[in-house]
Amino acid sequence: MGLVKDILAMPNDSQTKTVVVASMLCLVCSVVVSTVAVGLKPQQEANKALDKKRNILQIAGMLREGASIDELFNEIEPRLVDLDTGEFVDDIDPATYDQRKAAKDPAASRALSKDEDVASIRRREKLAAVYLVREEEELKTIILPMHGYGLWSTMYGFMALEGDGQTITGFGFYEHGETPGLGGEVDNPKWKALWPGKQVYTGAGDVGIELIKGTVSGSTPDAQYKVDGLAGATLTSRGVSNLLQYWLGDMGFRPFLNKLRQG
Amino acid sequence: MDAEIKKNITDPLVDNNPITWQILGICSALAVTTSMNTAMLMSIALTAVVASSNLSISLVRNHVPGSIRIIVQMIIIASLVIIVDQLLKAFAFDTAKKLSVFVGLIITNCIVMGRAEAYAMSHPPKLSFYDGLGNGLGYSVVLLVVAFIRELFGAGSLFGVKILPLVSEGGWYQSNGMLLLPPSAFFIIGLLIWAVRSWKPAQVETPTYKIHEEVNPQLV
Repeated sequence: MGLVKDILAMPNDSQTKTVVVASMLCLVCSVVVSTVAVGLKPQQEANKALDKKRNILQIAGMLREGASIDELFNEIEPRLVDLDTGEFVDDIDPATYDQRKAAKDPAASRALSKDEDVASIRRREKLAAVYLVREEEELKTIILPMHGYGLWSTMYGFMALEGDGQTITGFGFYEHGETPGLGGEVDNPKWKALWPGKQVYTGAGDVGIELIKGTVSGSTPDAQYKVDGLAGATLTSRGVSNLLQYWLGDMGFRPFLNKLRQG
Repeated sequence: MDAEIKKNITDPLVDNNPITWQILGICSALAVTTSMNTAMLMSIALTAVVASSNLSISLVRNHVPGSIRIIVQMIIIASLVIIVDQLLKAFAFDTAKKLSVFVGLIITNCIVMGRAEAYAMSHPPKLSFYDGLGNGLGYSVVLLVVAFIRELFGAGSLFGVKILPLVSEGGWYQSNGMLLLPPSAFFIIGLLIWAVRSWKPAQVETPTYKIHEEVNPQLV
């Protein structure tokens, strides 16, 4: 204790005291910060996992009042898909697979060339986590993760398709940083309600679904492939169209959906 | 002593408000005031950080070498902000997600540094704590007023609860989209400062320079 007293008694601006004060402070602060970070980690991870599950359930239209999210999520079967071949991959547990981390990892993703990178995502992961809902062995809903760049931010969302991989049952984003009130209207329930029933692929097999400027009416040609654009948010709307084009195309889930359809 | 504590808490609410009088912490006031929820959480987070940073800096104030004074303050503030950020992520996940980077940016909030340097370095812990609390509350008052106006007239709701039914959802209220964009906060804060200074003329600053009276060249 004598040493501590000696140091405290030193003039504040002596070199020794400066060094000692600085290092002690850093030590104390780092211990406190790391204790908090480590101690709260399990709670934070649980929050994140729950949040993701809730988003998946919401987009699949399976969220019910009163039922716990974990319980509802038991009806969903998470699977990993190799995006290049469209085959299921079973040697990695989908519950532990972090798709966003994989998209940044050079070993688990591939860089996209300018022509390929329709959705402005730069790298694409090799494996994607998809979620299947079966009813008496029959595939009822396929939920696909999608992301792409809007105006300010990468938007992360899910699309729910009927078992035929053609009819949309739900679409929405769970994370984005678009302008509130303009591009942020992707969260508007009224806009999201426009999606169910829309068709993805045209007769020729191209990705038909897209956002248009203005409102889709009865007289719009090919109305089953068109969704209202967001008023005042041209770039966000374009971003949404681009990411649909990308993720439903050959670089995205088309090989997988084709395989599913063939059984 | 008690009178001074009271003064430390109530003074920054209007008379010496960190935003309207000291003009500090404007950047976050623009960013997080689009809804009451985020403004509320940000207010709590900032008040907690200023109060506890003032307290801890005041505790060590007599042993802080002058040459590394600012760095010492920064380290303490940064540690506290990380702790608050972690707590929010664990216990208020949804709103914390919306605040995203702004909680981390409390580190650079001028109010925190300003109070540490201007008050906590030269006053005992108890008084410093209350000074931090008062300034945090002063910031909160402005934030909540701005958020109230922006959310109510920009999105037709308060705390996410619909008050004015929007035209886009079948109601009658045409929302003012500009209120949801950052510039609107500038206007609102500007108007607030005007209002406060009309109410308390003592806050009006003397102009730093005056335009010279026009001189008639024919008379020269």
